[in-house]
Amino acid sequence: MMLPVPPAMRASAAKSPPPMKTVVRRIKFESELDLAFGERVAERAYGQKLLSCIQCGTCSATCPLSHYMDYTPRKIIAMTREGFKDEVLNSLTIWLCASCYSCQVQCPRQIHITDVMYALKREAIARGFYPAHHPIPVLARSFYERVFAQGRNTESRLLITLYLRTNPLVMLREAFLGFHLWRKGRLSLKKESIAGRKDLRKMLNAVEHGKKEEPL
Amino acid sequence: MTYLYFPGCSLRSTGRAYEESLLAVCRKLEIPLHELDDWNCCGATAYVSIDETRAFTLAARNLAIADHLPQPDGSDPQILAPCNACYMVLAKTHHFMESNAEVRAHVSTALHAGGMTYTGQTRVRHPLDVFVNDFGIDRIAKKVVHPLKGFRVACYYGCQVVRPFSEFDHPVYPMTMDRLVTALGAESVDWPMKTRCCGGSLTGTIQEAGFRLNRALLKEATKRKANIILTCCPLCQHNLECYQQRINRRYGETINLPVAYFTQFMGLALGIPAKELAIQRLFKPPLSPAPAGKQEIHAHA
Repeated sequence: MMLPVPPAMRASAAKSPPPMKTVVRRIKFESELDLAFGERVAERAYGQKLLSCIQCGTCSATCPLSHYMDYTPRKIIAMTREGFKDEVLNSLTIWLCASCYSCQVQCPRQIHITDVMYALKREAIARGFYPAHHPIPVLARSFYERVFAQGRNTESRLLITLYLRTNPLVMLREAFLGFHLWRKGRLSLKKESIAGRKDLRKMLNAVEHGKKEEPL
Repeated sequence: MTYLYFPGCSLRSTGRAYEESLLAVCRKLEIPLHELDDWNCCGATAYVSIDETRAFTLAARNLAIADHLPQPDGSDPQILAPCNACYMVLAKTHHFMESNAEVRAHVSTALHAGGMTYTGQTRVRHPLDVFVNDFGIDRIAKKVVHPLKGFRVACYYGCQVVRPFSEFDHPVYPMTMDRLVTALGAESVDWPMKTRCCGGSLTGTIQEAGFRLNRALLKEATKRKANIILTCCPLCQHNLECYQQRINRRYGETINLPVAYFTQFMGLALGIPAKELAIQRLFKPPLSPAPAGKQEIHAHA
């Protein structure tokens, strides 16, 4: 099987086109890989099923977003298993996954692919493996903070936070739609929250002491 | 049996029409609902990207609240979650609490810290499942006063309502909503994209990818001569309706399809006034079906 070219190597190859044919290494040496990475991810994503992937490509074929991914889901699984940790955690694929579960319900080996993607997302966020202003992780984090504090999400406020933390100019583009939604009574700036916020925070904080994920 | 209604955050803002029409239909069908006391956000798909055990705990708090409310007839308490994401997350949490001892142990400890317990009684249901399988499609058909002749409906289920923790229909090509709209007098269109993802929040983050997903859905529905798309999820409805004009401008399309909630459509057939069904909250109200005279003839026939 041909392994995908890591983007870092691809970029450096493009920067200096060799005047004459030189030898370019396209694949990592085994010593550069994190060989236990696959097993650690498999554990995180419920069971060792990940390791039994037969590389049939059903996941990539059913995924509605594989066109936009730098590595298709099948490749992500292969690379995870082989230990291409940096490439996997740096990939756009894990952020593009919209959790529609179509791969998971059709996988002939019953691999929890969506849970694998979640495990990779968590690891990438925890280790800062994503561009600082990338909207998807920023949205996830803003959502997390809001729900942690209030117990509920307020869609309008969440989006405003997202735009402020990524690209405030987008807010101008979306203002027109926002106005229309408001006119139809479908947009409210009122902050939603629950009465049991304190107890909820106690529960969520109890998790921190109970189970904190070790870095992969 | 009283269903414990779990609105979720969307039904209080962008999905307000869904809440209003759902409540109106339940009143009409005399299905008793009681809003789950002090429910909290389910965590959607974003929370689990940060912290999995906390995400399970967040969702489990709702299951635990319902757990303490046994039914008078002794049956398990049932949560009614109309948003696909809430439905999937709550069902997934219930599933993991049942089947994964490690998750159960961590989440139970966390719930105890806030003075709650979950014994695993709560069932999670979607209104589509409840209307068709609990109330019964024949009983609904008998209550139809305005058969919705002339509508060719593309039933859009979205992704998370049928997979992977739901059991009431096929994960790729479900028929529950199609059967329902047929019983309401409309025609359902054979549309293979009915469970293909709309991209969820991608329309707000990576718009190019999100728009293209919705464009494919809208184009295929148009090609199959649908004159309305019905959804059962607030995010699907928002994506398919609100970005139509921008998709048209960006890709040179001429798509012009009303996108409504299946509950609004049911309500129209059951004779509930359009105002109560929040039809006015849609950007493009569904075209009126056959003229009133014809409907009466049909109703007597």
